[in-house]
Amino acid sequence: MLFRGKVWKFGKNIDTDRIIPARYLNTSDEGELARHVMEDADVDFPNKVQKGDIIIAEDNFGCGSSREHAPIAIKAAGVSAVIATSFARIFYRNAFNIGLPIFISAEAVHGIKEGDVIEIDADNGVIRNLTAENSFTSEPIPQFMQELINAGGLIEWTKKKIA
Amino acid sequence: MTITEKILAAHTDEAKVESGQLINARVDLVLANDITAPIAIKEFEKIAAKNVFDKDKVALIPDHFAPQKDIKAAEQCKMMRDFALRQGLSLYFEVGRMGVEHALLPEQGIVLPGDLVIGADSHTCTYGALGAFSTGVGSTDAAATMATGQCWFKVPESMKFIYYGKLNKWVGGKDLILHTIGDIGVDGALYRAMEFDGEVISSLGMAGRLTMCNMAIEAGGKSGIIVPDEITRQYVTGRAKRAFTFYTSDADAKYVDVREYDCSKIEPTVSCPHLPSNTRAASKLTHVTVDQVFIGSCTNGRIEDLREAASILKDKKVNSNVRMIVIPATQAIYLQAMKEGLIEIFIDAQAVVSTPTCGPCLGGHMGILAKGEKAISTSNRNFIGRMGHTESEIYLSNPAVAAASAVLGRIGLPEEIGL
Repeated sequence: MLFRGKVWKFGKNIDTDRIIPARYLNTSDEGELARHVMEDADVDFPNKVQKGDIIIAEDNFGCGSSREHAPIAIKAAGVSAVIATSFARIFYRNAFNIGLPIFISAEAVHGIKEGDVIEIDADNGVIRNLTAENSFTSEPIPQFMQELINAGGLIEWTKKKIA
Repeated sequence: MTITEKILAAHTDEAKVESGQLINARVDLVLANDITAPIAIKEFEKIAAKNVFDKDKVALIPDHFAPQKDIKAAEQCKMMRDFALRQGLSLYFEVGRMGVEHALLPEQGIVLPGDLVIGADSHTCTYGALGAFSTGVGSTDAAATMATGQCWFKVPESMKFIYYGKLNKWVGGKDLILHTIGDIGVDGALYRAMEFDGEVISSLGMAGRLTMCNMAIEAGGKSGIIVPDEITRQYVTGRAKRAFTFYTSDADAKYVDVREYDCSKIEPTVSCPHLPSNTRAASKLTHVTVDQVFIGSCTNGRIEDLREAASILKDKKVNSNVRMIVIPATQAIYLQAMKEGLIEIFIDAQAVVSTPTCGPCLGGHMGILAKGEKAISTSNRNFIGRMGHTESEIYLSNPAVAAASAVLGRIGLPEEIGL
């Protein structure tokens, strides 16, 4: 599977309060959440982000609250994937559960600049920077997480299991 | 095996599990709140399971934006209540019975030693204080578990934290955990179980233990846990309505890291903006003025916390430049605080006392910060914008430091007001 898009960069410890602030958690409407995605990290982000764009962040992306609204808002805003040095564990689970592709690659985080256009080759674990014409590898997706992706997320996986 | 591995193994068909192993485990309880349950309910309905796996093992607690703060929040709470009624859930807590979930469930004896609990709330790790394995998940994990009674886990590696020496005055569980997070960082225990041990923990009361395990997530931890003992037994006796199991860690259990802390060197500790790991001694922050003081939350809203704050505020007044908000975490705590005269002390001191809610901790309602305002709070997170405007600031502390700061109008210690 290939994801291609323009890169938006963020720092380390981007917590879920900044991905989607609690003042918007009185709804679970995806469109409404998307309209405020990353607002407290970059107030213009919801206006700037285009379908297919890719977020690149440093360590511990998605730390803090368990709110699934965070990966939902990112996905609903059209972001095709998130690359980080590391992910907080609840965010990591949530992303796979709802089908937001995420990749771990410290070298890509350091080697790719904001505005670069990149292509993620998920099957081969390769991240190509089409702007700078170089490439990076991402950590392989664990087998069980791949099984969840193949099933179409945790709900579909669960349906098959109990069927 | 560690206590964590033993509890996880006991909830599978395997005699032994080890860190890194992927398991599918039976859960004793799955919980969600008014923010996370609506998504969980929508996802549950997609599974097309008719009923939850056990109507006595799914807890739904409207605590974040309840009492319902606006129409949208009311709709979310209603969705949750309708689902609870439809499913005949025995563990749905309407306003008037509800409390902040992680204070309420241990208090009511609903989570017990040896349990495996997941909750669609990151502070679900609190129950490790009882010798249970508990961890936060998202709404979809909660939904799948509501249907099947099972959840997948990667068995975490464990880190051990040993606390020895004598605790200084006004130092408690909050200071120990803030100090620890300051030491290892907000991802210092990422994916790991944090096992708290040592002579100081052995004599620490259940309130302090709950505070410590509550904040394991702030170090990135999957769970926090304390091997249960006589203090645990006394706490659960009279609360438990079913059998429970005490597990312990073996002498040869594996830890990826062991850290020791001499508690005689730990002062009352404050986390400065904007990360819980940004810790300083409260004594070094006396130049920081505050506009709001909040005492409450799943971290420090228990009766022991209110007693500590009241002991500072008795016969004193909140500084005229400060608004102070006190929120007992449950109805039982509220009632107990009334009986002990604590509410009177707070009101005499010109603090406000509210019905149980998570409210201001997550910038929900009941005390939101304006641009440029500073708060000292007994809650668990001081991220940018957590309690309001992105240009507000949050300092985290124990209840005694927060109460003394309310009197002083700036961060300070009880000693500064003659205590």
